[in-house]
Amino acid sequence: MAQHELVAAGFGGQGIMMLGKLFAEAGVLEGNYATFLPSYGPAMRGGTANCAIVISNEPIASPVLPHPKVCVVMNLPSLKTFEPLVAPGGILIINSSLIKEKAKRTDIKTIYVPANEIAEKAGMTKAANIVILGIVVKATGAVKVESTKEAIKQTLGEAKAKYLPINLQVLDAGLNFDING
Amino acid sequence: MEQLNHMPTPLMDIPRSYCPGCTHGIIHRLVAEVIEEMDLLQKAIIVLPVGCSTLAVDYFAFDSVQSAHGRAPAVATGVKRALPDRFVMTYQGDGDLASIGAAEMVHAATRGELITTIFVNNGIYGMTGGQMAPTSLMGWKTETSPYGRTAQANGYPIRVSEMLAQLNGPAYIARTDVVSVPGINKTKAAIKKAFTAQIKGLGYSIVEILSTCPTNWGMTPVDALKRVKEETMKYYPLGEFKVAEGL
Amino acid sequence: MGEKLLMKGAEAIGEAAIRAGCRHFFGYPITPQNEAPAYMARRLPEVNGTFLQAESEVAAINMLYGCAAAGKRVITTSSSPGISLMQEGLSYIAGSELPVVVMNVVRGGPGLGDIAPAQGDYFQAVKGGGHGDYHLIVLAPSTVQESIDLMQLAFDLADKYRNPVMMLSDGLLGQMMEAVEFPGFVDIEKLPKKPWAADSMQGKRSRNLVNSFDLLPEGLEVMNKKMWAKYADVEKNEVKFEEVETADAEYIFVAYGTVARIIKTVIKDLRSKGHKVGLIRPITLYPFPKKQLLALAENPRVKFFLDIELSFGQMIEDVKLSTEFKKPVHFYGRQGGMLPEPNEISEVMLKLMKEAK
Repeated sequence: MAQHELVAAGFGGQGIMMLGKLFAEAGVLEGNYATFLPSYGPAMRGGTANCAIVISNEPIASPVLPHPKVCVVMNLPSLKTFEPLVAPGGILIINSSLIKEKAKRTDIKTIYVPANEIAEKAGMTKAANIVILGIVVKATGAVKVESTKEAIKQTLGEAKAKYLPINLQVLDAGLNFDING
Repeated sequence: MEQLNHMPTPLMDIPRSYCPGCTHGIIHRLVAEVIEEMDLLQKAIIVLPVGCSTLAVDYFAFDSVQSAHGRAPAVATGVKRALPDRFVMTYQGDGDLASIGAAEMVHAATRGELITTIFVNNGIYGMTGGQMAPTSLMGWKTETSPYGRTAQANGYPIRVSEMLAQLNGPAYIARTDVVSVPGINKTKAAIKKAFTAQIKGLGYSIVEILSTCPTNWGMTPVDALKRVKEETMKYYPLGEFKVAEGL
Repeated sequence: MGEKLLMKGAEAIGEAAIRAGCRHFFGYPITPQNEAPAYMARRLPEVNGTFLQAESEVAAINMLYGCAAAGKRVITTSSSPGISLMQEGLSYIAGSELPVVVMNVVRGGPGLGDIAPAQGDYFQAVKGGGHGDYHLIVLAPSTVQESIDLMQLAFDLADKYRNPVMMLSDGLLGQMMEAVEFPGFVDIEKLPKKPWAADSMQGKRSRNLVNSFDLLPEGLEVMNKKMWAKYADVEKNEVKFEEVETADAEYIFVAYGTVARIIKTVIKDLRSKGHKVGLIRPITLYPFPKKQLLALAENPRVKFFLDIELSFGQMIEDVKLSTEFKKPVHFYGRQGGMLPEPNEISEVMLKLMKEAK
């Protein structure tokens, strides 16, 4: 297994950290090593939030990802910040519901996802992050769909179990999105 | 000849190195007598601070922990939280308790920490050679207030017992003296009540004992006793400031 | 070992302390380690332990002093400015020969600095920090898993040598989540007894005195000689380090903690391009792996060392002393939470290699 890398970035409140944690958790459920490194401090309140996730079947050297192989941007400032940093040949996933600009780089693969619309259509307006999680799982193949669903189930726990079906529905909507379209 | 009194078991039977006329000896003995009478010796742990009372690391014949300047209430908190069924006390002077250790004292008190503090207030730093204490009275001349304490330069002396009485945590607060026989007897009674407050789990307890420092006051022992009666007690009234129900 | 869990570093060290037989925590809030006390506040009551938020770091470390004097395993966690306030207490704890564990989640300094990862507290941790002639035993984990594994060792070393142990972590290790496995619970009843503890006489012995004070110069010297004999044993027995690809290395990185992780990425990259680079990572900062560094310095194959730190040069002094100036020791450091990127470090190394030829 190659080392899988993801940086996710957006506004605080978009569920960026949750997206990253679920991805890492799915990796751990498959018995892999995983690191989740949040941006923290003042950045947690109101500003942009980002997190870096590494999943590997070998011990992970650096959890810091200056040039991630895969990057998710959920708002325009994040596109500006992270587009130049994606590793050549990497993947940039852009939430086109909120970002009208196109990426400029030609040496990476870009996937435009109207994540807010897809989430709304699937029944949970606020779950754009789960749509994107589906895209990440599909685009990277880093973790299995079942592990991702299990990660969501465990994270919701018994207290929020009633939200599981709708979350899985939104995840499926992401998984069904044509990433090559 | 018949021996009418003995050295209480909780005290080492060795000479003390306190100055002539110092009242630490009397207070050590009162603490030891009460520990013996209340049968606390085998479960007692004393936390000693920095000041003249550091010398007491050689005098109490039960488990002792020497601590940093002012930190005895925090150290005693650690001991008590580790061993809640033990009897834990601190023995602190006024520089230690009311100046550098003010935060630790106030917070141990407000937590109602189940420890007892014997607070020896003679209004001066003894061990370091007679500097002004937070409890030195207005006008007192010390090494660091050579022209006398003034409100403008130094502010006002702290009344610790009254201040702590504002808090909910303390179960027993009293101010007594050791400059007369009745004063000594009342001090012993107050120490007993303070220890009882801890044993009964009622809260923090403290006995503030007005005492002397003939050496650094530059007085004879007798004049020093007089000064407490004529000056100190006027600013620091004696009495009980807090007595929890059940005491 | 149990199953793998994804857990935040600051919380993992709390659980690790509990599993190492610690039931007492005293601390004061400071970023970036607040998850540790929060975890302990939730978790300790479940195991009949005690959590207390102190009025200051000054008070917290003295609560540790009292708790350790009473014979219990005890920990606090804090970050740089808070650790500065604890130096008085640590000096007393060392002088009174008490076992405590203190976690420093190092942040940027001096002064208020920032809350990003840093290694600027190396001197403070390794060279004493407080007043007087003493050492802390200093452990420097580089992963969350290693923080867990070293926690057990920290308590064991503290008890064995009756000396404070510092875990020197950083904001990155405290804040990141990592897949970890926990060891089982230590049986507290089976831990070695502490006959020296001031836990009251209980009708069984004469009094115990916990003390760092002796007015007689000849007495104090004896006390301190005893401590230094102990440090000699620590230096002989407890050195821990990791070597990466040093067997044929000509150029040796020296780094600890988070930085060492970044170096491992650098080594993979440089090795793939045919450069013979390796890493020596001290795990114990005191005792320092002097012999191992000297052995490398004396090896004719080794050309030079490159010390990388999140400071402008602290550990490098120990690297130079250890290698006895037999090979050049170069330095590269970043500050204020600016983590060096692997490419940045590769470039520094490649430039030095070119100059050496």
